[in-house]
Amino acid sequence: MTAVEVHGVHKWYGTHRVLDGVDLTVQPGQVAVVLGPSGSGKSTLLRTINHLERPDIGHVSVNGELIGVRRHGERLKELSEQVILAQRRRIGFVFQNFNLFPHLSVVENVVAAPVATGLTSAAEARRVALALLERVGLGDKADAYPRQLSGGQQQRVAIARALALQPGVILFDEPTSALDPELVGEVLAVIRDLAGGGTTLIVVTHEIGFAREVADLVVFLDGGRIVEQGTPAQVLDNPQHPRTREFLSKVL
Amino acid sequence: MTGPVPAVPTAHRPSSDAVPPQSDPRPLSAQRVIPLRHPGRWLLTVVVVVLVAQFVHGLATNPFYQWHRFAYWFARPVIIRGLWITLQVTALSAVLGLAGGILLALGRLSRSPILRAVCWTYVWLFRSVPLIVVLLILYNFGALYSNLSLGVPFGPAFVHVGESALATDLVVATVGLSLSEAAYASEVVRAGLLSVDQGQHEAAAALGLPKRYQFTRIVLPQALRAIVPAYVNQLIGLIKGTSLVFYVSLLDLFGEVQSMGSTYPGDVVPLLLVATTWYVILTSVVSVAQYYVERYYSRGALRTVPPTPLQRLRSSIRNLRNLRNRIEIGAVTG
Repeated sequence: MTAVEVHGVHKWYGTHRVLDGVDLTVQPGQVAVVLGPSGSGKSTLLRTINHLERPDIGHVSVNGELIGVRRHGERLKELSEQVILAQRRRIGFVFQNFNLFPHLSVVENVVAAPVATGLTSAAEARRVALALLERVGLGDKADAYPRQLSGGQQQRVAIARALALQPGVILFDEPTSALDPELVGEVLAVIRDLAGGGTTLIVVTHEIGFAREVADLVVFLDGGRIVEQGTPAQVLDNPQHPRTREFLSKVL
Repeated sequence: MTGPVPAVPTAHRPSSDAVPPQSDPRPLSAQRVIPLRHPGRWLLTVVVVVLVAQFVHGLATNPFYQWHRFAYWFARPVIIRGLWITLQVTALSAVLGLAGGILLALGRLSRSPILRAVCWTYVWLFRSVPLIVVLLILYNFGALYSNLSLGVPFGPAFVHVGESALATDLVVATVGLSLSEAAYASEVVRAGLLSVDQGQHEAAAALGLPKRYQFTRIVLPQALRAIVPAYVNQLIGLIKGTSLVFYVSLLDLFGEVQSMGSTYPGDVVPLLLVATTWYVILTSVVSVAQYYVERYYSRGALRTVPPTPLQRLRSSIRNLRNLRNRIEIGAVTG
């Protein structure tokens, strides 16, 4: 069974076509890195996977389960919000701007979801949260508020918050783009630590070096279409499509 | 308190700056800067202090104010009874108004166009009609609808209530104030909800937090930071707005003052001062409460929470004491 499957996904914002028939398959435990110029639909693609955006045509499934819709004869019917929320708990999401809850302390941010959804008791959730914070190197910041942390620290808290629900798939939407260059490394180190740990990761990023080092699959998106995909050696070192070559020549 | 005047290097001096100025052996960089003087500010302060003193003197000595009558009336049972009515009406309509306001705000932010339109119309209507008109219409409600019933719309009714049995003066006043308050509160709440970053909604949705939890624990607490100051403003308006209930024959603080004033025409001014003082006390209590509520909801928004007035007082006393100690030590060693 595949971890993530995207089938013929089209998405329009008004008359502007953002995704133009995207097909993507990611195997369990793989790390997929999505590259592409801005406006190519990378973030939108990622957001359709956990149904933050609803595909206009096409569908997405995660671990064999359709996301946001169910099969009704020959048609797809949208699920209730409650069911979609439950599905999202199995898919972690890390935002470019962290989006930590500023009025909650670091540890409260991490325990919020497991406690609110009744996954674990408050005491157990706190124990797990502190262990996760330790893992991302922030064991001593549990009672700080997000605004008291640096961007890199905030993003590591956001990763711990996503991990608290023990998702099988984690989606990263440009996790280092809002960071000072010197803080990028600490966040990538945490993601690298997750890679190879059995969790499926899909990372939208501009960090080519990171892609080369960690990715099992590199996907190049342009104009809402997947132009090229393959191993880092294929796509990064020997790109076939002129758009890929042009993009790589600019960012490398 | 100022240090010695620092010498300024002048043009004819060699630019090496290695030669220290004659008046002070210390280099420029080691000396305190003399602060700018503000003689105009001092003059203005003196003028204002004199004007304030004159006003206070007038308050105390002008017989027109009749302060002994003020003291007589201030805590009379009749005034306290009126104050109690004011408090009841204010509290009830503040709570009902805010609850209604939250519902209306959610309605205006809903995805259903019908709900949005209905809530918008309500707000439009109740913001357009003067409160006194709303109160008087409700007061005469019995003529419009002689009984209220609960049942299937356009169908049979299950519960029948004679309107006159329901509409005591207190109920009429509270309902009128709540209806109008809800319209204003809904805009305050809506502004607060809109001030919460879209990313917060997305993060809550991405974590799969239940809908209720998203609203009560993530969005509302952050919205309250913007809602509280504006709603307290609204609440203070409401406290004083309750004085209108006098016109639907409910004797609140103002109503009692007014009726006592017509019984004892010589005491009108002290009675009005009694009302003024009580209203000032009520708004002051609300303002102090506002400070602490705002402080609570600023958790996380500021890197450090500002000290409470009490903490500030304590720390300034501590500083004074430290200063005295230092002066004493200086006197001994010097």
